[in-house]
Amino acid sequence: MIWVNKEEMEYEEGMTVEDVLKKKNYTYRLITVIINGEVIPRDKYSTHKIKDGDKIDVIHIMSGG
Amino acid sequence: MTANVKELRNAHKLLAKLEYQPFKVDKGYTNHSLYVNLTDKTFEIKPVTEQMKEIFIGGRGFGLWYLWNAVKSTTKWNDPENEIIISSGPIGGITQYPGAGKSAVVTLSPLTGCPIDCNVGGYFGPLLKFSGFDALEIQGKAEKDVIIFIDGNKGLVTIEEVPDNFEYYDTHQLAEVYTEMFADDEFDKRNVSVVSSGRGAENTLIGMLNFSFYDVKRKAVRVKQAGRGGTGTVFRDKKIRALIVKYKGVTGDSNAPADKQKLINAGLRLHREIYELDKLQNRMREVGTAHLVEVMNDYDLLPVMNCQYGSHPDAVKLSSDVFKEKFFTQGMPDGCWYGCSMACAKAVDNFELKTGPYKGQKVVVDAAEYETIAGVGSDCGIFDPEYVVEANFYCDTYGIDTISFGNIIAFAMECYERGIIDKEVTGGLELKFGNKEAALEVLHQMARGEGFGKIAGMGVKRMREYFVEKLGADPKFLRDISLECKGLEYSHYVSKESLAQQGGYALTNKGPQHDEAWLIFMDMVNKQIPTFEDKAEALHYFPLFRTWFSLNGLCKLPWNDIEPADNAYQPEPNKVPEHVRNYVEIFNGVTGKNITKEDIIKQSERVYNFQRIFNLKMGYGTREYDMPPYRSMGPVTIEEYESRKERYDKQLKDLGYDIEGKTTEEKLKMLREYRENQYQQLVDAVYKRRGWTKNGVPTIEKVKELGIDFPEVIELISKYQD
Repeated sequence: MIWVNKEEMEYEEGMTVEDVLKKKNYTYRLITVIINGEVIPRDKYSTHKIKDGDKIDVIHIMSGG
Repeated sequence: MTANVKELRNAHKLLAKLEYQPFKVDKGYTNHSLYVNLTDKTFEIKPVTEQMKEIFIGGRGFGLWYLWNAVKSTTKWNDPENEIIISSGPIGGITQYPGAGKSAVVTLSPLTGCPIDCNVGGYFGPLLKFSGFDALEIQGKAEKDVIIFIDGNKGLVTIEEVPDNFEYYDTHQLAEVYTEMFADDEFDKRNVSVVSSGRGAENTLIGMLNFSFYDVKRKAVRVKQAGRGGTGTVFRDKKIRALIVKYKGVTGDSNAPADKQKLINAGLRLHREIYELDKLQNRMREVGTAHLVEVMNDYDLLPVMNCQYGSHPDAVKLSSDVFKEKFFTQGMPDGCWYGCSMACAKAVDNFELKTGPYKGQKVVVDAAEYETIAGVGSDCGIFDPEYVVEANFYCDTYGIDTISFGNIIAFAMECYERGIIDKEVTGGLELKFGNKEAALEVLHQMARGEGFGKIAGMGVKRMREYFVEKLGADPKFLRDISLECKGLEYSHYVSKESLAQQGGYALTNKGPQHDEAWLIFMDMVNKQIPTFEDKAEALHYFPLFRTWFSLNGLCKLPWNDIEPADNAYQPEPNKVPEHVRNYVEIFNGVTGKNITKEDIIKQSERVYNFQRIFNLKMGYGTREYDMPPYRSMGPVTIEEYESRKERYDKQLKDLGYDIEGKTTEEKLKMLREYRENQYQQLVDAVYKRRGWTKNGVPTIEKVKELGIDFPEVIELISKYQD
C-alpha cells in the first residue's frame, strides 16, 4: 500500500511517479512531488520507482485565474 | 467603422472645464486626487494625505475611503451620492515588472448594496496617475449622457455632453471612436485610454466597465474588464457614456521610483522565469487563463449545468488546445500594460459575428478567459467554443459581466429543465442546457431591456425572488440551487468538495469572487489544511495577500501562475516566496519605504477590515450574510449524489454514518447536516483568527490594533461587540 495525498492507493510493482500521477488524474503542471519528504525532480517522474509503503505528497501550487 | 471624428468631436458640448497644473509623480504618488460632480458640474482637486497612504495605500483602499466619506448607511447604488472611484496604486504604472498596470474600481454595487471592488487592466489607471491624479472620484448624475476627458499633458479636464445623434452606445464602438477622436495620430493612440460600458449595463444590474488599451501590433483597441458587481450599471445610471484619459510620455521613470534598480532587478528575474518556464508550466503566453479549463475538468471542479457536476466528456471541446489552435492569435505581445511578459490577454482576430446588431462584422474579441469559458460554456451545458467567443464579444461590448451572465443563464436553464419556469415565462425560448441560440437571444434581450432578458438581467438573487413570488416556486430548493451569496453571482469553480473554498467564497467582503481566496487545491487535493485552524489560517493569509494587489496597481497572475524552478524546495511553496520577496522589493523600490513581507499582510488587513466594517455600515457585514447556497457545499439533488455515489458513500462511511439500506434521499440529508455543521465551525474558526466577534464584526481591539479606529468606526461596531 502507498499513500498519495493522504489517501491509500494499491501498490504495483514497478510503478513510477508518472504512473501515480496518471492514476490520480493529476494533470496540473505546477506540481511538486515529494516522496517520504524528498522532492523528486520533474525530469525523474517517468523513471523514479515507487516503493511499497511510500508516502507521496503531490503538491499543487494554487492558481485560480 | 467610418466616422467623421472631427465633426463628432465638435458636436460634443462643453459643460464644464478645469485647467490645472499636472502634479508630478513622486515615488508612486502624485498626492492629489480629482473629484468630479456631475450634478453640479464641478471639480475639486483633493490632497492625498500621508495618513491616507499609510492606512489605505492606494487603489481599492483609496476607493473605499472616498466612498465611505461620500455615502450614508441609507445610500442606494442609484442615489446621486454613490460614487465611482478609479485608482491605481503606488506601484501601478511601472514598466519593469509584469502585471503592473492595474487599477481598482470601487462603487456601491446594485447587486449587493455594499462596496464592490474590481481590479482591472488596460491603460486608464496609470495614465490617470501620470496625468496628475492618484484617484478619480465621480459623484452625482448628469442630466444627459456626458463624457469626462482628462488631458494629462495640457492639464485639462472637461465634462462634455454627448450629442443626441451620437450613435455609439456599446464599447467596441465607443472605445474605438473616442480613441480616434482624442489621439493626434496613429502613433498617439497608445496614449489614450477609454472607460466605457454598453446598453446591457443600462438595462441590467450586472453591468461592467471596459478599460481600453491600444494594441499597436493589431492596430486595434482592446479592452479589459472591471467585471463584477454592477460597476457599469452605476456608470450608466450616472449617464456617463465614456471616460477618456490622454497622456503622452510614458517611460520607465514615469512612476518616479525611489530606487529604480530594485524594480529592474526583480523584473529581470521574473522576465527570465517567464521566458524559460511558462511554456512548461501554465502556458499563459499561449492561452492565458484558458489553460484552467482542462485542469478543472480533470479535477472535477469545472462548473457544469449550474454546478450540478464538476466535469463533462464534452469539456475537451472547450480545452485550451482548441482555443489555441482555432482562435487565439499566437506570438502577439498580449500584455495589458507595458512590460508585461506574461502577456496573457489573448484575442481572437477577424471573428465574424453570427448574431445580434453587429451580425456580419469581423471584430477583434478579447477572449476567452477561463471564467468566461466555464461560465457561458460548461456551466450552461454549452461546449461550443465559437459560441463562447460570440457570447464573450457581446457581453464585453454590451457591458455585461460574463461571470454573472453565465451563472444567470445556468440557473434559468436548470429552472426550465425542472419545470419551475416554462416558455410562457421565457417568452417562447426553450431554455434547456446546451441551447446556445436561446442563451444568445437572452443576452441580446438583456441589452435591449426586454423579454426574459429583463428578468434575467436582475441577477440570480432577484430572479429567484421573482420566481418564488410570481410563480410560487419552492423558496428552499431555489435558494439551494442559486449560486449567489450577498447578491453577487459565484465565479466559476465547484467548491462542493473544499470546505476551505466554501469559506473562500462565502466569507468574502464583496461577494463570491475568487480573487480573495483560491484554496481548492491546497485543501481538497493537497490536503495541506486539514483542521479548522489550518483552514482559518489560510483564510486569513491568502485573502489578505491577494487584497494587496488591488491596493498597489498590480495583477495577481504573475504571483502564482508562474513559479521559479526551485519553488518546490522553498518553505511554504504555495506562497511562492521568491515572488513575495519581489513584491517587497518593488514596493520599497517605488516608495522608498522599507516594508517586510509581514507588512504586506498588515497593509491589507487594515483595508480588508475597513471593507468589512463598510459592509456593516450598509446594513450587512454580519454572520447571516456569510451563508452560502447549499449547491456550493454539497449535492442538492438525487442526480448529483448518484453522479458521485462512490465518493459520497465513502465519505459518509468514513465519518461513521451507517448508510446500509439508506435511500439516496436519506444519505443526502445526512451529508447535508454534516457539511452545514462543518461550515458553521469553519466560520467560528475564521472569525476568531481574523479578530472578529462570533457575529463576524471586527472587535474594537482589532480596529485599534490596525489603526482604523476612527470615531465613526468605533461608534458603529460598538453596537455589535460580544
